[in-house]
Amino acid sequence: MTRMTFASAIDHALETAMERDNRVVVLGEDVTMLRRNLYVRFGPKRVRQTPISEAAFLGAGVGAAMAGLRPVVEIMLVDFIAVAYDALLNEATKVRAFSGGKWSVPLVVRAACGGGYGDGGQHEQCLWGMLAGMPGLSVVVPSNPADAAGLMLSALACDDPVVFLEHKLLSDYWLDYLGGASRGTVSFDVPAEGTEGEVEKPPRPVPIGEGRVVAQGSDLSIFSLGVSLHRCLEALPSLADKGIRAEVIDLRSVAPLDRDLIVDSARKTGRVLVVDEDFIGFGLSGEIAAVMAEAGLKVDFARVCTEGVIPFARRLEDEALPNVRRIAEAALAMASR
Amino acid sequence: MMKPDIERLYRQMARMRFFEEAQADLWDRGLIPGEMHLGIGEEAVVAGVLDHLEEGDALALDHRSTPPLVARGVDLASMLLEVMGEEEGLCRGMGGHMHLFSREHLAGSSGIVGSSAPLGAGFALAAQCLSPGAVAFSFFGDGAANQGLVLESLNLASAWKLPQVFVCKDNRWAITTRTRSVTGGCLARRAASFGMPAYRVDGTQVEKVWVAAGKAVRRARAGRGPSFILASCPRMEGHFLGDPLLRVYREPLKQTVEIGPPLARAMLSKPLAALIQRCGYLGNIGRTIATLGGERYLLAIDPLRRGAKLLSEEARARIESEAKSEVAEAVSRAMERRGRND
Repeated sequence: MTRMTFASAIDHALETAMERDNRVVVLGEDVTMLRRNLYVRFGPKRVRQTPISEAAFLGAGVGAAMAGLRPVVEIMLVDFIAVAYDALLNEATKVRAFSGGKWSVPLVVRAACGGGYGDGGQHEQCLWGMLAGMPGLSVVVPSNPADAAGLMLSALACDDPVVFLEHKLLSDYWLDYLGGASRGTVSFDVPAEGTEGEVEKPPRPVPIGEGRVVAQGSDLSIFSLGVSLHRCLEALPSLADKGIRAEVIDLRSVAPLDRDLIVDSARKTGRVLVVDEDFIGFGLSGEIAAVMAEAGLKVDFARVCTEGVIPFARRLEDEALPNVRRIAEAALAMASR
Repeated sequence: MMKPDIERLYRQMARMRFFEEAQADLWDRGLIPGEMHLGIGEEAVVAGVLDHLEEGDALALDHRSTPPLVARGVDLASMLLEVMGEEEGLCRGMGGHMHLFSREHLAGSSGIVGSSAPLGAGFALAAQCLSPGAVAFSFFGDGAANQGLVLESLNLASAWKLPQVFVCKDNRWAITTRTRSVTGGCLARRAASFGMPAYRVDGTQVEKVWVAAGKAVRRARAGRGPSFILASCPRMEGHFLGDPLLRVYREPLKQTVEIGPPLARAMLSKPLAALIQRCGYLGNIGRTIATLGGERYLLAIDPLRRGAKLLSEEARARIESEAKSEVAEAVSRAMERRGRND
């Protein structure tokens, strides 16, 4: 076990995979600088700089994956995937079906996501619900270094497309670049447990589609992921003070969703709170409600999500994203029903 | 041939520069959150183009949107309040510096690289239908010129003869990547191949930008279609404030300590036989940083200094002092409003 930051854990997983398999290549904007440790080791053929042309290089990633490479295509921020959506919606996720199961697209899309540092509504979205809505696409959202490394290894081993989302509050370099952390006159509510932790060398793969119980409880199930998972854990003491023992589950994968874990926990507690930094409508939180309804469960249900365009102003932004106060209030309201 | 009013152009350039410097100061003090992409170095391009703007014309802007908005006459204090995230800001604190909108000025911006091209095409389409003679300006960088949506917009504007002026601010960098290393062919020839006039100008010479933009705007107003202006200019404050590449120059020791050890580990990982090759790769990174530093610290031609040479010393000093006090007044007005909220 070695102590690693969230970002270096991902780097380490990539390095491990690139060492084992020559077909693994990294494509993206600025990767010479962003992935400089991989670049100086593996060179420009395997860590390849792209123009700002997401539609072209994500689409090319699909073709490259079909023809034998195992590309990791970096879309700097997940918000920017909008200009390249075709590559995922109509190409990468269709090939397996269209070819009658004879051809697949082993593509990893890596993108930074999430807010909490004042970058406004075009740079701080999560969008994992929108992405997970495409049949055939896996979407993973790690909340700590070990999961980040393990999920990246699993993504690289997967024969179908996987989107790997890296929350910017957990990755120090993104917070430095985009939050302007270097100036020292700003501060961010960074969850320490998520930004640094023990990682095995080489990392142990974390299966895609498998959630994890982070805190045991019997009164209420809280399903969350990414940075919101840490906000939930921060809310636990105030709930315990009121005699509420909440079970907290880190979903880790949005698609496929760990339906068994969700149903088991919900059946046990009878109350479900989803805390999701992504948009509230037509996404993960609604999907979880559907999973429980389909399992025949009648549970109390509430959600704390992002409800509209993420405001630029820091005060408004902190209110818009799931925070400890909103989580505690929602949990208490459910417990007192 | 008409001559530019150099004093008027220089006044706009000075206003933009002092406004950007005020933003840099507020950002350093932690009063502006998130990223801050300054337009320092682009002033002559913006001033030379927008001197031709008339009421009813539209602006489609990118992540360096404040200089054009300053030139357009948007209230300076309301922009400062906006980038500080205040309720009284231009967009009620909802937009922030990459997403500034002023409906009364028909000006919109976006932080998505290249999206000012289709937005401008839409503004131009509306102008063509609703107010013939009006023009839409799209500002973007050389990095954005490789976005599909920019290329599609060039074609659309040409096919529909839209009254649109594409202004490509060529600072030779796409974030930390040399644009040349990821670009095929020449951007001006590329635009020309869509069937529109393409002008290459030295974007540090405001009078040259003014002449080229005049031709483009006259063509658009007359309903003859779009034009493309490729204006070279320096990027003096990096991609954004706190740019890690510029920091290598500003705090070399700290950066070496942070970046060095993991790089050394990567260099020395097995197989060691690759070490010589790896030295070459490391050299590539070194060259990129050296190029950036060279351009910034040795070769950068400040468009304001160039513009000042066209004026008498008295005129330069008077214009600068007026612009400086206008911006200082806006800053104190914004800080006062902000203080009232705290």
